[in-house]
Amino acid sequence: MNPDLSNGPVEREDGTVLQKRVDRRRALGILLGGAAVGAQALSACSPVAPVTDEEREAKLLQWQEYIKKNYRFMTDEERADTITRLERLAKVKHNIDVRIQATPAQPGVMFGYAFNISKCKGYRACVEACINENNLDRRAGTQYIRIFEMEGEEVNFDEADATFQHEVPAEGHFYMGTQCFQCADPPCVKVCPVGATWQEPDGITVIDYDWCIGCRYCMAACPYWARRFNWTTPEVPAADVNPNQHYLGNRARKKGVVEKCTFCIHRTRQGRLPACAEACPTGARVFGNLLDPKSEIRWVLEHKRIFRLKEDLKTEPRFWYFTD
Amino acid sequence: MHLKAFALSALDSATNGGRRYHVWMGSLTLVILVGAFAYYIQLRDGLAVTGMNDHVSWGLYISNFTFLVGMAAAAMMLVLPAYVLHDVDFSRAVLMAEAVAVAALVMVLTFVVVDIGNPLAAWHLTPGIGYLNWPRSLLAWDVIVLNGYLVLNLAIPFYILYSRYTGRAPDKRKYLPWMYMAVMWAVSIHMVTAFLLAGLPARPFWNTALLGPRFLASAFTAGPAFVILLLWFIKRETHYDISEGAFSKLALITTVAAQINLVMLISELFYKFYSPTHHGINARYLFFGLGEHRALVPWIWGAIALNVVATVGLMIHPVRRNMRLLMPACAILFVAIWVEKGFGLVIPGFIPSPLGEIVEYTPTLVEVGVTAGVWALGFFVLTILVRVALPIEMGSVRSPHIGEEGTPVIRPRSTEGRFADRRPVRTR
Repeated sequence: MNPDLSNGPVEREDGTVLQKRVDRRRALGILLGGAAVGAQALSACSPVAPVTDEEREAKLLQWQEYIKKNYRFMTDEERADTITRLERLAKVKHNIDVRIQATPAQPGVMFGYAFNISKCKGYRACVEACINENNLDRRAGTQYIRIFEMEGEEVNFDEADATFQHEVPAEGHFYMGTQCFQCADPPCVKVCPVGATWQEPDGITVIDYDWCIGCRYCMAACPYWARRFNWTTPEVPAADVNPNQHYLGNRARKKGVVEKCTFCIHRTRQGRLPACAEACPTGARVFGNLLDPKSEIRWVLEHKRIFRLKEDLKTEPRFWYFTD
Repeated sequence: MHLKAFALSALDSATNGGRRYHVWMGSLTLVILVGAFAYYIQLRDGLAVTGMNDHVSWGLYISNFTFLVGMAAAAMMLVLPAYVLHDVDFSRAVLMAEAVAVAALVMVLTFVVVDIGNPLAAWHLTPGIGYLNWPRSLLAWDVIVLNGYLVLNLAIPFYILYSRYTGRAPDKRKYLPWMYMAVMWAVSIHMVTAFLLAGLPARPFWNTALLGPRFLASAFTAGPAFVILLLWFIKRETHYDISEGAFSKLALITTVAAQINLVMLISELFYKFYSPTHHGINARYLFFGLGEHRALVPWIWGAIALNVVATVGLMIHPVRRNMRLLMPACAILFVAIWVEKGFGLVIPGFIPSPLGEIVEYTPTLVEVGVTAGVWALGFFVLTILVRVALPIEMGSVRSPHIGEEGTPVIRPRSTEGRFADRRPVRTR
């Protein structure tokens, strides 16, 4: 519960309440304060004008959310504030109790992923787990992970099929999964005009969904087709929402912004496996800390023949493929 | 005093006209309103109402954006001979070209706005209150150069027109440095826009060193071609005299640029197809189709055919000098480049996707509606600018305050035209 709101006279719609709150915001808030009043006045005339206290509260919270900073440049206090607002908004608007973390990158951690082509059987349990874990848009059928079915022995994406609908494993085929590879030199980060996407110290490239303007330049820049756009407001049935969320991860996205795999940042920063790795029934997915010499991923990298996709682009993915 | 009178007489020029003028502006307004409604649907439901998807994530909007950046750049390049080399024939064309640049920029910026998914967050681009990822992001560069170019193209003609309006001679020391800057700036807007695409190794179709020069060449073809059409229309409809010389020079620029553009196209085709590599797969989709996926094939070959016909036509002197043949040739070139450099350039970059998946793209009605609306807006702006500039240029509209006390009159104006204040012009 936001203490600011519990004692604030939010039921009044005139300028004083707004003014008082706007005064406390930074220069931008003051500058745009007039717009807020205008928007309030406008919405007062519209048929969807807030009628209940909760709707008024939601309006105010949304306004405060609108003028907030890029997450990267927020102080810890500002981060706590926006999380409080977002949690409250989820409650007020959708009656869902969510917990949004701001867990930072842990020192001495650099995440890496390895995918065993010999083991994957194309069950797509990882895809399913990812959808549920990351609150992916059910209506659009958004998937971060793509499992390509390939014929024979050759890795050839041109002839591969990622939309197969038959019993797996299919005779004479093998399977390769792709997702965001969390490149060490990510082309998507470089191109973002507003710095809404960046690489965290633990190697995960994240997006501030509230800062993204939706230009989709990053989608054009990604050589691995890892980014997804919210072409419309994403829909997740309230009962299916995963309430364990991270600000930079699986929290609710909105219409018109880009999202992508974050190696399940809300889980992995707490020492758990990403949902895909946990769900895989064949053990094809190896995830771990590249800086820990005793980790399984390090063992794989040191003992297996490994390769990465499009190495010539020098993006240095932290996602390797290997065979038994 | 002058400023108010200027604004009023501009408003007067823009709102008064014959029946055809009103029908024209009324029709444009209608299309703009249709576009606005389509955009409202898009805002309400999201970009899902367009034909774009995660595979083809840029479509008609960005295609028109890249084409129109070229239009804006090319218009200003015409300024160079007029103001810097003091070519009188030409400088009558220039003010109109600047109007084209402004109108094109209005469309460019509008296309960007309608393309972004979260336009309310556009303030994030403002340095200071937001964060502009400059110099790393080429899109940040584009934001800067496009807006700067718009300011230059508004400020310079305004200064010149306003000076004339108030009966003063425009002071070269004041505008010429900016003019030089604008000319270089024109190159930059188009190069930056080309680099925006060419800088993506993820998309081998665009990731070529030739993209920037090709952009310039195609812009120099389509831009002057459009200006020729506009000048021809103005000459036909008004008393504003544009000499044959201006037309022939413009036609020559168009022809040379069209030839260079074709050479570059051939170079591109050779590079992609003589020793086909995997990087040429998008070009293969564009020119020959991949299996049953061949949506763009008729478009690109149609565009190339038109391009070749018009270019060859323009290379024949009698054709180029005959106004009745020059106009259709320019119109054909304009359309051909719009296809080739619009969706012929942007969309195949996405098909197949970087992971080899083929999802084709067809714009929806909403998307076409928004696009039509933006074009109508551009023509609306262009019409008003020309409408306001012409009478001042011709000397038929002047500030009523000229000669009043405190109004500096540097030199008496004649209705002869704008060049009385220039140094003697070479005759040939």
